[in-house]
Amino acid sequence: MQEYDIVIGLEVHAELKTDSKVFCTCKNQFGSSPNTNCCPVCVGLPGALPVLNKKAVELVIKAGLTMDCEINNLAVFERKNYFYPDLAKAYQISQLVRPICIGGHINLKNKSVRLNRIHLEEDAGKLIHSTQAIGTLIDYNRGGVPLMELVTEPDISSADEAVEFLTKLRARLIFADVAECKMEQGGMRCDVNISVKPKGSKIFGQRTEMKNLNSFKSVYRAIKYEANRQIEILSNGGKITQETRKWDDNHEKSISMRKKETSQDYRYFPDPDLLAVEISKEEVDKIKKTLPLMPEELKQKYIKDYSLTEYDADVITKDKEIINYFEETIKFYNNPKIVANWLLTDILSKIKDEENAEIKITPKNLAKILTLLEEGKISRTVAKDIFAKVWEENADIDELAKQLGGNVDENSLKDIISSIVKNNPKAVEDYKTSDTPDKVFRWFVGQVMKETKGKANAIIAEKIIKEFLN
Amino acid sequence: MNFENMSLIELASLIQEQKVSSVEVTKYFIDKCVEKQNLNAILEIFDDAISQAEEMDKKIKNGFKGKLAGVPVIIKDNILYKGKKASCSSKFLENYVAQYNSTVVDHMLKEGAIILGRANMDEFAMGSSTENSAFVTTLNALDPTRVPGGSSGGSACAVAAGLCPVALGTDTGGSIRQPASYNGVVGIKPTYGRVSRYGVVAFASSLEQVGPITKNVKDNAYMLSVLAGGSENDETSLKIDVPDFLSYIKDNIKGMKIAVLKEVEEVVKGLDVEKTYHDVIKFLSNNGAEIINASIPDFTLTLPCYYIIAPAEATSNLGRFDGVKYSRRSQSATNIDDIYLKSRSEGFGKEVKRRIMLGNFVLSSGYFDAYYNKAKKLQQKLKLEASKVFSVCDAIILPTTTGEAFKIGEKVNDPISMYKEDLFTILANVLGVPSISIPCGKGKNNLPFGIQIIANNLNEGIIYDIANFIEKEYRG
Repeated sequence: MQEYDIVIGLEVHAELKTDSKVFCTCKNQFGSSPNTNCCPVCVGLPGALPVLNKKAVELVIKAGLTMDCEINNLAVFERKNYFYPDLAKAYQISQLVRPICIGGHINLKNKSVRLNRIHLEEDAGKLIHSTQAIGTLIDYNRGGVPLMELVTEPDISSADEAVEFLTKLRARLIFADVAECKMEQGGMRCDVNISVKPKGSKIFGQRTEMKNLNSFKSVYRAIKYEANRQIEILSNGGKITQETRKWDDNHEKSISMRKKETSQDYRYFPDPDLLAVEISKEEVDKIKKTLPLMPEELKQKYIKDYSLTEYDADVITKDKEIINYFEETIKFYNNPKIVANWLLTDILSKIKDEENAEIKITPKNLAKILTLLEEGKISRTVAKDIFAKVWEENADIDELAKQLGGNVDENSLKDIISSIVKNNPKAVEDYKTSDTPDKVFRWFVGQVMKETKGKANAIIAEKIIKEFLN
Repeated sequence: MNFENMSLIELASLIQEQKVSSVEVTKYFIDKCVEKQNLNAILEIFDDAISQAEEMDKKIKNGFKGKLAGVPVIIKDNILYKGKKASCSSKFLENYVAQYNSTVVDHMLKEGAIILGRANMDEFAMGSSTENSAFVTTLNALDPTRVPGGSSGGSACAVAAGLCPVALGTDTGGSIRQPASYNGVVGIKPTYGRVSRYGVVAFASSLEQVGPITKNVKDNAYMLSVLAGGSENDETSLKIDVPDFLSYIKDNIKGMKIAVLKEVEEVVKGLDVEKTYHDVIKFLSNNGAEIINASIPDFTLTLPCYYIIAPAEATSNLGRFDGVKYSRRSQSATNIDDIYLKSRSEGFGKEVKRRIMLGNFVLSSGYFDAYYNKAKKLQQKLKLEASKVFSVCDAIILPTTTGEAFKIGEKVNDPISMYKEDLFTILANVLGVPSISIPCGKGKNNLPFGIQIIANNLNEGIIYDIANFIEKEYRG
């Protein structure tokens, strides 16, 4: 049977994290009541003119720098003309000939995916199809929200790679503070261009495009479905039609939206209302300095400088919030390895299956517990108890440490151990003569814990027991 | 008092000095508008004009000082004044009410102006006669059988007929200067960016400017000082200090270098304007100006260049009038495609549709390079050619129109001949440089026409100086 290669290129839109919209001063905010973040510019009233929000340009440059893009020294805005009710001016201000970023790449496990460009444009409003008889409503709050569009070269060859690419892209954008990428709010959307060709062939097959996929799961399933559909058609001697297809998440299949022959001519031309944007090398260098380490770089740093295992470092650097939590905790308790252990075993395991998971203990409090433990003021068991109480009811750590008696002081401990040793001469004898003194030693530790109801610090107890026995 | 024969500057100072009240003056001009409503120059007199004037009189009494304190002004119907209709003389926007003030209106209000009403124009400023207005055709102020020119025909007629001391027009390809020429008044298209376009309904964004139409040159300079000044809302406006343009008028043109274009000499042969044009050149020369023979080799290509760039931008600018939001929606539309198709078919007039089609054509894929890109390259070439002229000359002189105003209906079915009306005026728009038209001569029907003075970017001062000198000789 003929085998096929899958060829995939992605177009990813992400809403930029600016305070105001890209061409006016309206708030860039999700979830406001309809048509409240609007002004003459973003609803396209007659006579209104766009004024570029420089911050949006800066964020696109920032995004580009995290992916080794070349930054154009002169960026130009064009008008993309088409009629649709969510597009107030009947044109979208976008970039065609001189985008802000050119080239660049993102490295996956097994390959490097080249980027074609990243440009800046404005988002459209949102149509709300009312169930009542009033028909379709328009909310222009989203109109004019800054969007970056990233276009890859057709370097991706599987659904897995596509998701890996998107995961890495998303992490970078979030980490560089460029975009929040909240997919459920439409903050990141993905168009997939896909074609198949006989394995090893140099000639690309006819491609189709799937628009507005808004979760990684949809991207994954849509690619699987569409690749199989195309392969099936070709295997049966058919031909692929160039078309735009819509992914139907509920029925898990793609349906034809429009054929290429009827596609639009956008009549792009430079927007005469906007000046070309000059981007100096100095400006780019300045932005470069504000860039934090990217997840992959952090991972290497954690392994090298903090001696974390590759696995631990990988888990921590997958998510910006986890990274921030980790970094914040080690500020107060400078033992990254122990922090990483707790983070993975006690925290992440707890929240891994939750939606909108929240870490219910502050980095400072975790550091406090770990410090008490290290200082021997509480035992490991008590530390875990305190951790649980803080997580559940935000309890006071000092109070708990006192209550749970975690801090059995060294002198009382000495008294307790002294009496245990005195009362068990046989065991002391056994310890000295036995082939397995460890076993006997642990029996003594057990006795101490029994006596102190587990509140003794094991390390200190062990130290004192050793002193008595030797 | 007879306010209509007073200059803007005189009138402003009379009101400021409280020798007459703003109410008195405003009422006077409202009466004039009513008396001469057969001219069809004014679409609407704003109903709060008198109460604004009353308010202003109180303010003046309390010490308010402003260049236009209490002075009534007529604005072209494509300039937004909050709470007032701005229809662009189009059925599409017949009842559209401005939601905010244009920068120019703000500038005038700050100086105490009374915005009296709005003037008729060619629909969306496309035309040279006001015959493309969806509502009425304005008559020439001096001959009711003739056009007032356009697209700012209502504004020019209003000033010439004494309906207001000053009116605003917009000029995309000659729309201030050509009607100024036909009505015997003074009109300037300032340097591109000198006046903010914010709140002016866009036709061809990269070419147009708002400018004053006045009875004389000094009034014009006075008024431009009010209108000029960049706006944070308009990237293309120039954020530079506004000079007192009056201070450039020195009544002395000795040593001034004025260019005469070889290409214009050719075109002007046999035209009504020919004799006057040469007369004025001689007059300037006799008074110490140095006349320099110069050339802009691609001068005659300005017309096709303009008629590609302007419709391309217009097509896109007019897309927002789609019947979805604020503009008029077709009553018979039943779905979204219908709303677009029917609303635009019913809402736009013939000339607007023609230019939308033209613009779509030159921007469409496969034709973009052959038309739009080529026109933009030609524009760059013209700028280079002109910069050579301006490197040795202070100004260029050329006619505004070929002659007197033409008859109503004469060119209405001949769009090409109508487009050729812009032959002399388009150069300044394509270059972006300032240009004035001043009345200089009369034709065989004893009707006026104008001569243009063009200068390099931001040299409105030089223009006013020369224009004032010519005006002193040719007034009357």
